[in-house]
Amino acid sequence: MSVDLPLIFTALMGLAILIYVVLDGYDLGVGMLMPAGSAEEQDVMVSSIGPFWDANETWLVLGIGLLLIAFPPAYGMILGALYIPVAIMLVGLMLRGAAFEFRVKALGWHRELWNWLFWFGSFLAALAQGLMLGRTITGYAGGFGYWLFSLVVAGGLCGGYVLLGSTWLVLRTEGALQHKAIVWARWGLAWVALGVALVSLATPLASATVRAKWFDFPHTLGLMLLPLATIAAGAWVWRTLGRSDWKPFAGAVAIFALAFAGLAYSLFPYLIIDRMTIWQAAADPSSLEFVLVGALIVLPFILGYTAFSYRVFRGKARAGLYEH
Amino acid sequence: MHASQALDLARAQFGINIGFHILFPSITIGLAWLLVYFRVRYARSGDPAWLATYRLWTRIFALTFAMGVVTGIVMSFQFGTNWPGYMNKVGNVAGPLLGYEVLTAFFLEATFLGVMLFGMNRVPGWVHVLSAALVALGTTLSAFWILALDSWMQTPAGVAVRPDGALIAGDWWQVIFNPSLPYRLVHMLLASGLTAAFLVAGLSAWRLLKAGGDAAARGTLRTGVLIAALLAPLQIAAGDMHGLNTLEHQPEKIAAIEAIWHGGRGIPLELFAIPNRATRSNDYAIGIPKGASLVLRHDPDGELPGLDQFGDDLPPVAPVFFAFRIMVGLGVAMLALAWFGAWRTHRGRTAPRWLLWTFAGATFIGWPAVLAGWIVTEMGRQPWLVTGILKTRDALGDVPDAAIGASLTGYILTYGLLLLAYIVVLTHLAGEGGGETGGERA
Repeated sequence: MSVDLPLIFTALMGLAILIYVVLDGYDLGVGMLMPAGSAEEQDVMVSSIGPFWDANETWLVLGIGLLLIAFPPAYGMILGALYIPVAIMLVGLMLRGAAFEFRVKALGWHRELWNWLFWFGSFLAALAQGLMLGRTITGYAGGFGYWLFSLVVAGGLCGGYVLLGSTWLVLRTEGALQHKAIVWARWGLAWVALGVALVSLATPLASATVRAKWFDFPHTLGLMLLPLATIAAGAWVWRTLGRSDWKPFAGAVAIFALAFAGLAYSLFPYLIIDRMTIWQAAADPSSLEFVLVGALIVLPFILGYTAFSYRVFRGKARAGLYEH
Repeated sequence: MHASQALDLARAQFGINIGFHILFPSITIGLAWLLVYFRVRYARSGDPAWLATYRLWTRIFALTFAMGVVTGIVMSFQFGTNWPGYMNKVGNVAGPLLGYEVLTAFFLEATFLGVMLFGMNRVPGWVHVLSAALVALGTTLSAFWILALDSWMQTPAGVAVRPDGALIAGDWWQVIFNPSLPYRLVHMLLASGLTAAFLVAGLSAWRLLKAGGDAAARGTLRTGVLIAALLAPLQIAAGDMHGLNTLEHQPEKIAAIEAIWHGGRGIPLELFAIPNRATRSNDYAIGIPKGASLVLRHDPDGELPGLDQFGDDLPPVAPVFFAFRIMVGLGVAMLALAWFGAWRTHRGRTAPRWLLWTFAGATFIGWPAVLAGWIVTEMGRQPWLVTGILKTRDALGDVPDAAIGASLTGYILTYGLLLLAYIVVLTHLAGEGGGETGGERA
């Protein structure tokens, strides 16, 4: 066989997850920042993500769908091991998704309640996703230390989403709110820096496999480019905040892409670290070929009309602009 | 004992998740096409009344759609969290069908919904009409793929068994267009059309009760009633054909639906009975002699299969039997109400208040009918998850009872809150009227 289908699907799945984390990351981040804005600002904040959140979450369904399609046994094992965080995330996503619609249609304390649920759901989903990530890195090992590690990862991911959300607001808003968002972004960046540093130090301690991959001279020298580039991206975000609308967001996306690359390098070729590789878990080639043909035809359309949607809704958000 | 408790909990959770989820697509699949109709009427006439109608129903659609999306995401995780055996056995078949649903339907509807809701003043009129049509197409494609998978689980075709026991698709055409797909797809699309039609009629009636002179509400009441009057008889015909298809491919389900314990000729149609599994007979049965044979074989002396022919692998008879009667009863009620309403509002006649109250009361009549229908077809498939291939209990994962209980509680609380808010907001929206204008509100 000439093409390595499991490898292709791993790349596709990784891409879908990265796109999801960046896209839903900014709208979850905006959700988590809600309590920091005034009532008018909250309307602008929600307006800035209104046309996009639904499609953003579809990338999660695609990511989990690709895991299901390409690696059926791993899909069952991973989701079984992540049972509670997944349930928490789903409740969070349901609350915030519904709150999008309900908050603009409700009045008085109902509106307050939905604003609160929007924040709470966003936070719950982000926290649960961080827990899922932490559990995945440690191969779902039990014990207090591993859960503590997962909590650290969860904290770091929440910080990352706040950074994405606030730089998104820098990009999409103006005036006083934009100034506030710049301050939030600086806090978010500091939080991310701490989180990434802790996770980078703790991951090799938590997993011997990861340690062996990163501390393998002379490869280590080349690999050090990754953390160096991440630091450079962080510095770029800090420097461009207040000077450019789009550069901080681009820098935040770069931080996520680099961190993702590091994680992907740590885990590959495992789906479940030390236990199941992508080739062991792969679905039958007949199924993978059938889906790949469709994906290659449809994905360009998806990317095309997603770009179209962002073009239609370019520019600064205003309150009520996207209230239908 | 222990395993059966986990099985019951996991099944309850799946049933509640999917039952709650289907409420919303069963509205949006039909309503999406109605919105296209409203939008096109506005584009052609330029009449602000059509625009107001389109805007009001777009808001209701957006809310319903969001509910469908967030509850649907739960479904995409459920297979893995609770039923890993399903993926291990038939993942090679189920995965691609779900994958095509995401690729061809989910992104399409989600992206163009944004343009449809918020982009009316940002894109040319024809692009906006096209966006509404693409959202509708997306919802229908989504129904197609998920029903292809469900129908394949009911009537599997086109597969081969690999040496390790997992199934692989031999012929994708046969997998997708399996014997029950056409019937189930038509039946579900019509069900969605009816559910949406009664929702439109019911909420319009509610608005007329609140503000009698609203011309737009009179128009949408008439639209909803006429669509229901058209679809109800089609649905009954489609249901009959679906039943005959089930008789051919899943005779044990028909035997459970009609509570036929002993097969034979000239089987009565039980209008009411309490199926008794212990005695394998029906208590308190009131039936039409030879009725079931007449309906299912179109011959009073036609031969029908009985539950006694299928050993111990029987579906639960009583729930299937009762759910079927609820579904058919509601279907007949919808037909009667729609036809009477169509006649009573004919040629611009004003509907009397009691009729408006009746339609307002029947706003959600599609929901119990849809749920009852799904209970018939899904419980009627038990104990199989995939007929003849995989039993439900063999697909269960090893998540502890307590974890399932915790997640189930969380879902039920969330669903209760969402359903309450949904109905309150819907009646509120319908009550306040759709006459608002301004800016980029769409």
